[in-house]
Amino acid sequence: MSAHTESAATTPLLVAEGLTVLHGQLAALRDVSISVNAGEIFAVVGANGAGKSTLLRTLAGLHRPASGVVRVDGVDITTHATDQRVRQGVVLVPEGRRLFPSMTIEENLLVGAANGRRGEWNLDRVYDLFSWMRDRRKEKTSHLSGGEQQVVALGRALVANPRVLLLDEISLGLAPVIVQRIYQTLPSIAGGDMAVLVVEQDVTQAMRVAARFQCLLEGRTTLAGRPQDHTTEEIEAAYFGFGGLGSAAAS
Amino acid sequence: MNWINAIAQGLLLGGLYALFACGLSLLFGVVGIINLAHGDLAVLGGYVAVAILPSVHTNALWALLFVPPIFGAFGYVSQRTLLQRSLENGPLTTLLVTFGLSVVLQNALLEGFSADSHSLSIGKLATQALRINSQLSISYLRFGILVVAVVVLAGVQLLLARTSVGRQIRAVADDNEAAAISGVNTRHIAGIATGIAFVTVAIAGLANGMYSQFTPTSGSSLLLFAFEAVIIGGLGSLWGTLAGGCVLGLAGTIGAQIDSTMGTLIPHLVFLAVLAVRPSGFFPARAPA
Ligand SMILES: Nc1ncnc2c1ncn2[C@@H]1O[C@H](COP(=O)(O)OP(=O)(O)O)[C@@H](O)[C@H]1O
Ligand SMILES: [Mg+2]
Repeated sequence: MSAHTESAATTPLLVAEGLTVLHGQLAALRDVSISVNAGEIFAVVGANGAGKSTLLRTLAGLHRPASGVVRVDGVDITTHATDQRVRQGVVLVPEGRRLFPSMTIEENLLVGAANGRRGEWNLDRVYDLFSWMRDRRKEKTSHLSGGEQQVVALGRALVANPRVLLLDEISLGLAPVIVQRIYQTLPSIAGGDMAVLVVEQDVTQAMRVAARFQCLLEGRTTLAGRPQDHTTEEIEAAYFGFGGLGSAAAS
Repeated sequence: MNWINAIAQGLLLGGLYALFACGLSLLFGVVGIINLAHGDLAVLGGYVAVAILPSVHTNALWALLFVPPIFGAFGYVSQRTLLQRSLENGPLTTLLVTFGLSVVLQNALLEGFSADSHSLSIGKLATQALRINSQLSISYLRFGILVVAVVVLAGVQLLLARTSVGRQIRAVADDNEAAAISGVNTRHIAGIATGIAFVTVAIAGLANGMYSQFTPTSGSSLLLFAFEAVIIGGLGSLWGTLAGGCVLGLAGTIGAQIDSTMGTLIPHLVFLAVLAVRPSGFFPARAPA
């Protein structure tokens, strides 16, 4: 953990300030700020509907914030289109995986690699990391299990050589063993200077790998810090919104 | 006409229908646009040839060199300007916009070329035929159109299956948002797909102009046949589209063989029958593989 603490002192790679995002009348995010360092795994936790996906989708350029800015390495990308952000190294693994169902594993990866940044990640490296994929690369992704699809979605993002990797509930609908296996590979993926932002409803899983975290409730940040600095009760209060802090946020 | 001849002519005609349907299928499958101006665009291709050919060559085959590229660029630009904007307002808007485009094209062509019919002259080739026996002869032109249709369909299929641009087109067709987060410039790719669709429309329009006469309002019936070929073949399947075209062509020539006044009606009845029995067509595919 000390390595993470040191890197926290370096300049942050991804910064969002004062994000407010509206879905029609509903403010899904209200004045949310976040800052993630290179080489860091950062967790955003919160209950269903807290605004986690909205946050990641806004960072990926799928929602335009009503106010606030997003910067990567000091460059303001708030108005940049999604594909432009991919070329700048901001890559999202979306909730529900969203693979291209009519395509094979390999074609999914090739689409991811076609417009991404150049770098150390390519199809071979993904196949080395998840060796089952190499033999089955000609299979349609619609025939894969949920866990396999999730790994392909991760691979499709990696071959774009992200500097900032955004993972939206990669554990959703998967068996605990498989979730654990995917999470075990995260540190080796993030190694180097990739920033990884994981979003989870399942707090324990995310907290185990994250150096720092932030808790969202009804679109606001209710708690932020390092996992070891907060008790389970504090985190639960921030997560569910009971106790002084939570009810203040909900009002 | 005898039966064998009717079947041969029907299959050959199917090539022309498939050529028309190819662009319609592509545009709907990839970009999500039901292009009601499809037939009029094909007719426009014929008139572009009529307008430019006199300064190029007397043989209309030369139009194949310049009309399709012009249409490719035209398709890309109209996607990036008019169509993309209408797509953002929902599917109903694109219907209205392409319907409007259809009306505008018909009236502009009436204004520019009058209601008289035109055709594209390809010299002696138009009348030459391979005589197989006393009952069956195959027009070089019709056979050529079928060959062109197969080449165009195979080319589009190959492009979609094997190239990086083709994969990106399929990615956009599968899931536009997922394509964007994979780095695909979805508007550019939709523009390219529209450009390709317009190239095939231009080829179809030229083939039609060499095959028969056309007027500014011929587009509507061409659109109908293209629609029917796509639906019979199954959405998203280009080879299905060829089969659909052939079914329509056969229905027309065999129908005319039974009763000469029924030739134009039977294909539409066959279409309705297919729609009732197999609403998703014979070779439905989410995307060409
Ligand atoms: N596209 C949308 N249109 C309207 N409301 C939305 C949309 N996406 C999310 N919401 C609403 O915004 C809130 C936050 O949603 P979301 O960001 O998906 O939360 P989480 O990912 O934390 O479960 C929820 O109340 C949800 O219903
Ligand atoms: Mg979510």
